[in-house]
Amino acid sequence: MKQEAFEERYRAQWESVERWLDTAESRTKSRRDADWRSLAAEFPERYRQVCQHLALARSRGYSPALEDRLNRLALRGHRQLYQPRVRALRAVVQFIAFGFPSATRAHWQFMLASTLLFFGPLAAMTAAIAIEPTLAYSALDAPTLHNIEAMYAEDAEHFGIERGSGGDFEMFGYYLFNNTTIGLRTIAGGVLGGLGSLFFLLFNGFYIGAVAGHLTQAGLGGNFWPFVVGHGSLELTAIVISGGAGLRLGYAMWAPGQRRRSHALTDAARAVLPLIFGAALMFVLAAVVEAFWSSTVWLPAATKYAVGALLWLLVGLYFARMGRLHGS
Amino acid sequence: MLDTLQTFETPEGVELGLKLAGPAPRAIAWSIDFVLKLVLLVMSLVLLGLGGVGSAAQAIVYFAVLWLYNVLFEMFTNGATPGKKLMGLRVVNTNGTPVGWGGSVLRNLVRFVDMLPVLYGFGILATLLNQRFQRLGDIAANTVVVYQSPPSPPATATSEAAEPLRVPLSVADQRWILAYSERGSRLSKERLVELAEVLEPVTGKRGEEAADRLSAHGNWLAGRS
Repeated sequence: MKQEAFEERYRAQWESVERWLDTAESRTKSRRDADWRSLAAEFPERYRQVCQHLALARSRGYSPALEDRLNRLALRGHRQLYQPRVRALRAVVQFIAFGFPSATRAHWQFMLASTLLFFGPLAAMTAAIAIEPTLAYSALDAPTLHNIEAMYAEDAEHFGIERGSGGDFEMFGYYLFNNTTIGLRTIAGGVLGGLGSLFFLLFNGFYIGAVAGHLTQAGLGGNFWPFVVGHGSLELTAIVISGGAGLRLGYAMWAPGQRRRSHALTDAARAVLPLIFGAALMFVLAAVVEAFWSSTVWLPAATKYAVGALLWLLVGLYFARMGRLHGS
Repeated sequence: MLDTLQTFETPEGVELGLKLAGPAPRAIAWSIDFVLKLVLLVMSLVLLGLGGVGSAAQAIVYFAVLWLYNVLFEMFTNGATPGKKLMGLRVVNTNGTPVGWGGSVLRNLVRFVDMLPVLYGFGILATLLNQRFQRLGDIAANTVVVYQSPPSPPATATSEAAEPLRVPLSVADQRWILAYSERGSRLSKERLVELAEVLEPVTGKRGEEAADRLSAHGNWLAGRS
């Protein structure tokens, strides 16, 4: 069949597919239209016809312009037919109940490494400063330490007096931005062979350890520990998960197996995706707890310790037990 | 052939082609987005005047502009941020399907590393080493940036005459002749003649006659007569 005759025969069909796609791709045109809906049922068949026409156009050597038109039409059809279908609410529930905790357990080696790399320096630094208080001044400079002391001092604005809710909101925005940014960077740094994640884990471990050790030494532990115990369960765990996800990405670069490194990275990224979403969610929750619970001053320290312990227990149980199949 | 056309095969067994975008148009698109983000951030400073809740809102806007701007635009405006849209670009999966939440989050998360050490150094290096112009984030997310090509202008033949080919030609060669006759109206007369004279063994003519004869062959191949 000559090209002209071919175009003549199928032009109307292509135009109808084009019109259908115009509506499907548009956000403003109505899809309630009965005509459009009845065509939707036929769409897969029509799309496959377009694919066949494209293959015919190529094998028969029709003009590049016609091939281009059919290629574009098939491409648009392909996008419509194979777009992911999202059931948002169900996906979120399933993710929290199953996807996130089981993905975390599936990467337990990396979580273990990340825990050691983060809590190791943290505990070592806290202990070292308890033995030799001046070490804090080698880790952080004096003005920084004074600022931190001021934040937890008895007469500090944050602690001595109850902050207004405006202040809580303000701190929420600040915590949300800072903590999530640190966590997400820890994950992204994994692409550099895991070095970025390694750096952020060690750095934050030493930094937090130095702050905790110094405040305890300065006699402000009574303000500091009840403050951090609650949101720490979420935030520190989220840092560990971010670090584990980053190390998993880095591992793919060092040991890609029987694949190209780029393919190994793609696969690893897909595997850690639940960890990214989950860690981000935990950072948001941690910011809520930190701004609206940890900062309250009228509650006795004992209550804060009790709630903190409960939160740690819940986080631990969540990752240990949630999302397991029955009997496993 | 040195080309930026990426082909992939669909389940229906045909190959579809995507035109990949290189670092330069993407850098321009990024600059446009950068300016837009700056404008958003400057506008959000107004919120600071509203006290505590205002400054919290400002921090959230800051967070959204830094981490969510690209993801939200890629998800809700067909894979294109405003900058990409202006440059005629969009993000798709390497198999041509629209990018999903996971892919979009991954490519924009790893953007942090692509930006290192300065001015997207790693990202540009990766696009130049990669056959599909993927930066590290694209490799992780399995995405590519492609042109949303505008439809090519309709084919118009330069002349009405149709002349059968006297020489047997391969299908590929016939397609070049078809393309010549269809692009005729968009080329200058001199260029048409120059191209046609290359095919003197086929047309047996020189000068304007060669151009007319070649278009006529094209018409004949297309079945226009």
